[in-house]
Amino acid sequence: MVGIVIVSHSQKVAEGAMELALQMAADARIAAAGGLPDGGIGTDFQKILEAVERVASEDGVVILFDMGSALMTTEMVLESLEGINAAIADGPIVEGAIAAAVSASIGLGQQAVLEAVRQAGTEPKLLS
Amino acid sequence: MATTADLLALLEDMNAIIQENKNYLTELDMPIGDSDHGINLARGFQAVVDKLPAMEGKDAGFILKTVGMTLVSTVGGASGPLYGTAFMKAAATANGKTEISQEDFLSMLTAAVDGVKLRGKATTGEQTMLDAMVPALEAMRAKTGDASPSEVLSAGLAAAEDGVERTKDMIATKGRASYLGERSLGHQDPGATSFTLLFSTIVKRFG
Repeated sequence: MVGIVIVSHSQKVAEGAMELALQMAADARIAAAGGLPDGGIGTDFQKILEAVERVASEDGVVILFDMGSALMTTEMVLESLEGINAAIADGPIVEGAIAAAVSASIGLGQQAVLEAVRQAGTEPKLLS
Repeated sequence: MATTADLLALLEDMNAIIQENKNYLTELDMPIGDSDHGINLARGFQAVVDKLPAMEGKDAGFILKTVGMTLVSTVGGASGPLYGTAFMKAAATANGKTEISQEDFLSMLTAAVDGVKLRGKATTGEQTMLDAMVPALEAMRAKTGDASPSEVLSAGLAAAEDGVERTKDMIATKGRASYLGERSLGHQDPGATSFTLLFSTIVKRFG
């Protein structure tokens, strides 16, 4: 199953998005990498690296991020990885995490999970 | 010509100037960012000097790579991956070197600037550290020829300081400040400021 990592500046945001996603797909392989080691706001290279390693398998990993340095730190983690196929998804982290978890848990591949996250960002939220 | 021992002493200078200006950098970051630039860099450069014993006797490439990795792992904010990339790209041009010439230094700074542009997907005029880095590099490149190392470095510092001033006339389109749009006008960029402080330690030691 494709692993999912949620990177946020806030530990609570990352864990909250993971909680919502797990409610929809309890068997999804998700890890939250939010905040600094001391609980402060920011993104942490080591936390992200460990989260990726935790959910990695031969099916690959999809990473969602919130903004700014979350992307830059995640890119540096990807550059340091060996033997793990991880890709960064372009989409909102709450809706995207749910879409990713559901897609991964029904057995879709890494490309399809990336696409599901992207789609989650293009769906209008107000229907009328 | 700088030796690797000079480079280690320089890292102590860099840590000192960041610790001295920790509150100033954080204050600059308050109106336009997330108020953590000084705190983040202070944590990062303290971690760098804590690792100095492990860098003794190593080549410039190893030292700069260690600095970059340490900053990436400890800074937390956007300046972590940006300064981390800058030092790691500079490191790649300095592998095996135990002495650094002026030309080596310009190659290192060029690699650092290119790295920051790529990592931040940014260019000049966007109210970022590049608005100090690029003018500094260009001014030094324009000076080389028969200018003394001291004249070259001083020209770089003057251009960086001028670049910092100019960030006040810019509207941020990168980083957290970009959410503010025109309200970022009139504010001095913290990243350009911290680069200029770090650069001033190079000028002071080698100029």
